[in-house]
Amino acid sequence: MTLVLDIRDLDKGFTMHHLGTKMAAFAGISFQLHAGEFLLLKGRNGAGKSTLLRTLYRSYLPGSGEILFHSSHGVIDLARAADVDVSFLRKTEVGFVTQFLTARPRVSAEALVAEPLRLSGVAAGEALEEARHWLDAFGVKRALWAAYPTTFSGGEQQKVNLARALILPQRLLLLDEPTASLDASARAALIDRLAELKAKGTAMIGVFHHPGDVAQLINREIDLTPETQSQEEREDVVV
Amino acid sequence: MTVVTLNAPQFVDTKPLLTARNVCKSYGDVRALRDVSAVVYPGEVLGIVGESGSGKSTFLRCLNLEEVPDAGSYSLDLPDVQGNLFDLDRYARRMLCATQIGIVYQNPHLGLLMNHSSSGNVAERLLVAGERSFDVLRDKARDALDASEFPLERMDAPPSELSGGMQQRVQLAKAIALEPALLLLDEPTTGLDVSVQALVLDTLKRLQQERQITMVIVSHDLGVIQTLSDRVMVMRHGQVVEQGLVDQVFQDPQHSYTQQLVHAKL
Repeated sequence: MTLVLDIRDLDKGFTMHHLGTKMAAFAGISFQLHAGEFLLLKGRNGAGKSTLLRTLYRSYLPGSGEILFHSSHGVIDLARAADVDVSFLRKTEVGFVTQFLTARPRVSAEALVAEPLRLSGVAAGEALEEARHWLDAFGVKRALWAAYPTTFSGGEQQKVNLARALILPQRLLLLDEPTASLDASARAALIDRLAELKAKGTAMIGVFHHPGDVAQLINREIDLTPETQSQEEREDVVV
Repeated sequence: MTVVTLNAPQFVDTKPLLTARNVCKSYGDVRALRDVSAVVYPGEVLGIVGESGSGKSTFLRCLNLEEVPDAGSYSLDLPDVQGNLFDLDRYARRMLCATQIGIVYQNPHLGLLMNHSSSGNVAERLLVAGERSFDVLRDKARDALDASEFPLERMDAPPSELSGGMQQRVQLAKAIALEPALLLLDEPTTGLDVSVQALVLDTLKRLQQERQITMVIVSHDLGVIQTLSDRVMVMRHGQVVEQGLVDQVFQDPQHSYTQQLVHAKL
């Protein structure tokens, strides 16, 4: 199995200067993740599940520890990688999927979805065609493709966001409750796409309110609730 | 500065386009810039935020070579551009600014001749750079105005007759007419109403993606910085207190001042 992520003794806390206090989010996290593996993060609210995902993406700065990412260019410690290296890897190798779309003024749904492909070097026409395919797959009405998502309903925005986040196959995908409040057909499309990416070797770490949604994808679970941190192997799913 | 030290780039092996080191500037007793350093990579957008008087606009004026700092160095990694640009004589400075550096000011009066035609304002930049053919001047001015989404039927109107948003477009057209390597933006959308602001932001984002222009944008509007920038630098009292990826600085600010700033965001 190809190693994708090797996390060693990672911890993260927040200093709240205006209160003069520090708050620990998680500490001493170590685990490995291989290509095509799907890891579910569990734990009660506030256990640090989303914080861990954001720390791996480097939206949060880790306190100490290492996040060794085995990229196609070599191994890099994301915990201390230069900002430009992180930006570079986000374009092609590390993806983050939330349930919220960051709409930009005056940018159409299809242009927004096509953008990750264009930035990775795909020709504009081809990227647009692919974008329409995924908007269709996630059930966004054709009439909305050229419209600006700023005014879309929450559900439609979420579908646009999924299409954008999953259009480009990546080496590591971080999933922060992408199924929350999604209708059944869009959820099915999401799970199909995740299964397809997983089969192609994308390693995934996810937080799900209803893990049942993705039960057939899960290989391993980690509970982040303090004192209970343990790993549970599942033998019923073949990587 | 933040307590966290990051590693040198490991995968990105292009050299920074812009490197500024330890730039210092005082006005009498006021130390406007204290050892400000910045690097910007080709195609990257660096945002600079901070309160009024933090030195962000002074730093931008230094990068545009209109302000000579007391100390520090500034280089651009371009063919035929060498050494510390702060040491250039007036003529060399003017040529470099005309050909490689574009700027858009918050106040259009600083960047435009308000009673000359809009196309003339854009063409002036080309004249300084040595273009003499009237047809070429007019064509290039038209292209630049078009790229800035300026309505071409009004290209002969002077900026004084145009709305604020249109004046910003003329400034932008002038700034990009010569396809500069570096585009500097000083509060480009401040004072514009929201729909015009969205138009200007969208134009900037599109130009940045299509032409891979390297940009430094100063704004106190965190939303504008978030929309346009890859990285952000936070300034206070003439110093850089924090810098990092834009999502990281806004979601996990390290410095007490940045936390105050982010908490104040609507």
